[in-house]
Amino acid sequence: MTGLVRVRDRFTTGATTRRDPRGDPRRAPRRPRPAEVPLRHRVLTCSVLAVAAIYFLVPVYWLTVSMTKSSSGLFGTFGLWFSDPRPIERLHDVITYDHAIYVRWFLNSALYAGVGAAAATLLAAAAGYGLAKFRFPGREGVFNVVLAGVLIPSTALALPLYLLFSRIGLANTYWAVLVPSMVSPFGVYLCRIYAAASVPDTLLEAARIDGAGELTIFRTLGLRIMTPALVTVFLFQFVHIWNNFFLPLVMLSDSDLYPITLGLTSWQGYADRQPQLYQYTVGGAFLSVLPLMVLMAALQRYWRTGLTEGSLKA
Amino acid sequence: MSRARPARSAAVFLLPFCVLFTACFIAPIGYALYQSLLKSQRSGPLGFGREREVFAGLGNYTHALQDGRFLQGFGRVLLFGAVQVPVMIVGATVLALLLESASARWVPFFRTAYFLPYGVPGVVASILWGFLYVPGISPVVDTLHRVGWDVDFLSNGTVLWSIANIATWEFTGYNMLVLIAQLTSVPGELYEAAVIDGASAWQVAWRIKLPLIRPALVLTTVFSIIGTLQLFSEPLVLRSLTSNIDAAYTPNLLAYNEAFAANNYHLAAAMAVLLAVVACVLSFGFLRLVGRTGKGDER
Repeated sequence: MTGLVRVRDRFTTGATTRRDPRGDPRRAPRRPRPAEVPLRHRVLTCSVLAVAAIYFLVPVYWLTVSMTKSSSGLFGTFGLWFSDPRPIERLHDVITYDHAIYVRWFLNSALYAGVGAAAATLLAAAAGYGLAKFRFPGREGVFNVVLAGVLIPSTALALPLYLLFSRIGLANTYWAVLVPSMVSPFGVYLCRIYAAASVPDTLLEAARIDGAGELTIFRTLGLRIMTPALVTVFLFQFVHIWNNFFLPLVMLSDSDLYPITLGLTSWQGYADRQPQLYQYTVGGAFLSVLPLMVLMAALQRYWRTGLTEGSLKA
Repeated sequence: MSRARPARSAAVFLLPFCVLFTACFIAPIGYALYQSLLKSQRSGPLGFGREREVFAGLGNYTHALQDGRFLQGFGRVLLFGAVQVPVMIVGATVLALLLESASARWVPFFRTAYFLPYGVPGVVASILWGFLYVPGISPVVDTLHRVGWDVDFLSNGTVLWSIANIATWEFTGYNMLVLIAQLTSVPGELYEAAVIDGASAWQVAWRIKLPLIRPALVLTTVFSIIGTLQLFSEPLVLRSLTSNIDAAYTPNLLAYNEAFAANNYHLAAAMAVLLAVVACVLSFGFLRLVGRTGKGDER
């Protein structure tokens, strides 16, 4: 086994240095120095970029401003500027309303997205590795069926899935949302391509000669080399589940099981009758986008790494 | 090594995924097909007897295809897609090329700003934009009114494009990131060589970069087409703000309402099947059109 570890260490470091130039955006194509580019071009480019930034950021800015307002403030004051801002008090209202149901929805979302994405990543890693590293009859057939799964609208699956799940008593339980969330055909596709490109057969052969079992090899070598792709699959699936609305809407009727997306729409739907729900909806929306935005800004590097692998072969 | 070994080992790795894939993808499709061929029938002279399921042949499909609302909904999302998908993909391409061009400044800030909306769930984005569309709350309507331009974002003629705006806002940055990922995977020397040969920035973008990111463009377009057909949460959320969105606004919304408001699961199943078929036809049709099968994996 020491031989195996040595081979692995040598290889994984080799693999990282080989892949790095692509995975690291900071080193991506060299920019000519400012002096080489005419001023006119720079001004034009930056104006277009700035206008686009305003378009993408204004709704987020509006949300941040409005989160500090009461329901009457929402209607009575200009939307893009503060009026009587009390962010802490407003958020406290959101969190404590209706026996802190919002906190429950938040934790539900975290559970669905966290557990679902982790399981989906592991399953996709194993399947992608199996498809890339073993030759067996029907391999391409299996892969093509999985690929077709990428193209099927998930909302077309949700209705029949609900009918099936209610037959076996799974509808309106945590499992109803968790189980479908654990399947990521796109993840399998990405993992297969990544494993085929970066896990060398010679290394696996060496490990087999050393007497390691297939599962051990997968755990110690495969998963480790595939880590960048796995982070990408996890992120994709996490955001996909966190943002998912149709599946929980179809599956769940008990509001204690709702994720945030479903909870907020139920508040928005009642706001006609209970005006303070306008304020809570805005505050809740603000809280709900915070964690994901931090996650996305912080991990941009990984989005890029995996996306390249996926799109190159599409 | 014996020949049986790879197959057995592969099975160990593939089995867990395949079991769940079968349960969550193949079984529902099969079940939807089966359900779509049945209908509920009440026995007894006045139809008050027990309800039972009988074979309906293709009855649900002809019913769906003769339902004017269903076809109208399809027409609506197709019109939506024909405008919104090109606008979004062109927008994402322009932003990606500009960000990767030599004249761009503050690139990390802009890139993050464009990508942020992808982290906002579709329903939350719809709630957010809904507030920006409603007169009385919206600073946009407010400001435009002050300069003498009265716009109604939720009128019969405009609401579809207001929804298109939400979708564009959400996904342009994501598509841009896919395109940038492919742009940066091309060795920088290629661009430098072109510049040395006297190519202008415009020529480099049009002649070299665009052809190189073609696979990523195909990928993002196909995913956008599939996304368009599933249009659901945006109209559902905006429905509470305007009467110009009815229960049959998109095929998905109609299928949902048939299943849960009208309790007509069989018709809803047929609609779900039709939706999946159209999605597959359009995506494969597009892949054909651009001259690739999309499944070519030479390994």
